[in-house]
Amino acid sequence: MIKELLERLRQGHKTTAFPKESPQMPERFRGAPALSPEKCADGCDACSKACPNGAISLEGGLKVDLGRCIFCPDCSEACASGAIRYTVDFRLAVSKRENLTVGAGGISLAQPIQEELRQIFARSLKLRQVSAGGCNGCEAEIAATGNIIFDLGRFGIQVVASPRHADGLMVTGPGTANMKLALEKTYEATPGPKIVIAVGSCALSGGPFRNLPEQSNGVEGSLPVDLYIPGCPPHPLTILDGLLRLLGRLDD
Amino acid sequence: MSAQKPLIVKNGEAWPVEIIPLMPFDNFASAVLDEIAGGGRIVSMFAAPGNGARPVIYAALARDKSSDIAVLACQPGAQYRSLTPDAPQAHMFEREIYETWGIKPEGHPWLKPVRFPGKSGGRNVGVADFFRVEGEEVHEVAVGPVHAGVIEPGHFRFQCHGEKVFHLEISLGYQHRGVEASLSGGPDKTALARMETVAGDTTIGHATAYCQLVEGLMGVTAPDRGGAIRAMALEMERLANHTGDLGMLSQDIGYLPPSAFLGRLRGDFLNLTQVICGNRFGRGLVIPGGVRFGLDEKMTADVLGGLNKPGKEAMSAARLLWNKPSVLARFENTGTVSLKDCEALGLVGPTARACGADRDARRDHPVGAYASKPVTVANWGSGDVFARAMVRLLEMKNSLAYLTTLLNESPAGALTTPVGAIKPHHMAISLVEGWRGEICHAAITGPDGRFSCYKVADPSFHNWTGLAMALRGQEISDFPLCNKSFNLSYCGFDL
Repeated sequence: MIKELLERLRQGHKTTAFPKESPQMPERFRGAPALSPEKCADGCDACSKACPNGAISLEGGLKVDLGRCIFCPDCSEACASGAIRYTVDFRLAVSKRENLTVGAGGISLAQPIQEELRQIFARSLKLRQVSAGGCNGCEAEIAATGNIIFDLGRFGIQVVASPRHADGLMVTGPGTANMKLALEKTYEATPGPKIVIAVGSCALSGGPFRNLPEQSNGVEGSLPVDLYIPGCPPHPLTILDGLLRLLGRLDD
Repeated sequence: MSAQKPLIVKNGEAWPVEIIPLMPFDNFASAVLDEIAGGGRIVSMFAAPGNGARPVIYAALARDKSSDIAVLACQPGAQYRSLTPDAPQAHMFEREIYETWGIKPEGHPWLKPVRFPGKSGGRNVGVADFFRVEGEEVHEVAVGPVHAGVIEPGHFRFQCHGEKVFHLEISLGYQHRGVEASLSGGPDKTALARMETVAGDTTIGHATAYCQLVEGLMGVTAPDRGGAIRAMALEMERLANHTGDLGMLSQDIGYLPPSAFLGRLRGDFLNLTQVICGNRFGRGLVIPGGVRFGLDEKMTADVLGGLNKPGKEAMSAARLLWNKPSVLARFENTGTVSLKDCEALGLVGPTARACGADRDARRDHPVGAYASKPVTVANWGSGDVFARAMVRLLEMKNSLAYLTTLLNESPAGALTTPVGAIKPHHMAISLVEGWRGEICHAAITGPDGRFSCYKVADPSFHNWTGLAMALRGQEISDFPLCNKSFNLSYCGFDL
């Protein structure tokens, strides 16, 4: 026991000060995009051509669909005028599918769920995670939210072993045909009222696997989603920020 | 002896497809068995469209001692005599070829679906003729596809007598996304993103294997500096995952302090990769021709400093595990795989090294930084959970030392070599020692320089059967511990 205590002293207290303080991300971190359509040269579509996932549209001004974006640097590298760049802002989660499409105005971050549900879930939220074709990136980052740095448990949020114990689902992966039945059954087995959280580009739109015949482009059209968390994979802080916004536990 | 000799190539090379001798099946079979008898092992075996109606089966066998890869080909009809009874390491490859192409290996002892691709006439996922032990006191435990933890889906069936497991059968395929098929006709601009997510925790490993392969097909190599940064990222990936694995092993035996420390330290190592390329898993770093991001002097110093403290803390947290008799009692003689089984099944990576098999693609088939700066290979022979934990600990030490050397002696120069066109009618093989074991990518190009076939072999493809072997005679309650000590990828297998 003494060795464990000594090691505990050596390792120290590590939990992040978030949400009280916002941690500084490294310079090269690619979070929320900052778009300056006024810098776009006439007829230039270099960013849209470079994007591997068709996330960029230029009709009616430069826009990025964060549901499809895999946060690779291809578009910002291709853009000669600097109209598109990625900031270190890790806050990305939104409440509605259409809010994933971001223009010059930035992101409309997620709003709290309706008051009735917020009353039920705000202080104790149990989630069941279902990986439906996820590459284990999103799964690993969801698991990381439980470690002592991010410590999801201090907010009363916990990932549980059975859908019967859960208040909702966290879905990752593009939704493979071979997981269709298991995903439906898990959703049915979760007692109501329940919420659905889609995590990562795959769950939001199929990600890099969009339109391949073996999967169904994420949860679009199959489950009613309450929170969309973009990223490939989303940083644990992006996930944590999204969950706290959903529960109305952030001030800004 | 076969009349024709296999084509001998090196890791990362490309060669015209027509110089591979197309052998009659009997010669092919005896040549494969000769290679295995001589210490070779199958790194990949797959079918690809051939000239005429019938597909061609290719086999690539590594000769680890001479850093060579032997490539053989044959063009059987609708069926051939299965190699599996003589060479068990072929079993999964033969099943896969049957599932994809319908070419039947006659005499295969367990010809079952691999990933249930859902084609017409294919079986629904998880519907298979499972092995079954009969008897009054025998019972079956079926688990999954959705497991209790935050992990990927798979289905496991245990045949038990009380607590004792006679056999574990593993049925996967739930994560099947069609990765390989989607690469045919490529590469297009999504190819790299798909390779980075073959197995998300092995982003650097698979992206490097892919880039090395297309570079071979283009006839270019990554510059020294680009190669060194790839090796750094690969070692950081190894370090982060091994650290996490030791934490998970600790958690699964209910010893929580090291689990909490190591879980946090895994994140510290991931954050170093994030400093270099903006993503904790290394997305966007490795590109054909080299790497996208470099390190200046300040960043090199930051990363070195960032490595030092968590490096020491990881070692001191891991020491808790090795100093605790009750931990050692759970690790020792649990889930043992013999060297004989390991060799027969062709296991790879830390799992194989924990059985005493001395193989590591970084040393045996070196490219880039590994060719100029040799790595130290970790070994431990007892084949149990203890050995798999020990190999991880030793590899963490080695990776820390290797990373420090790489960061201190990083070569100057360009990050990338200009890339060109992919050669038509060529084939290439690329081996990378990922943290989970050997990754093999193989591709053949058509007349337009586009992939006519792309084949990925994740280390999990070789090793899942190893987990089934580890459970034999074990108690069912040892399963989580055994499973974590392998920590295999579902999506890397399902593809």
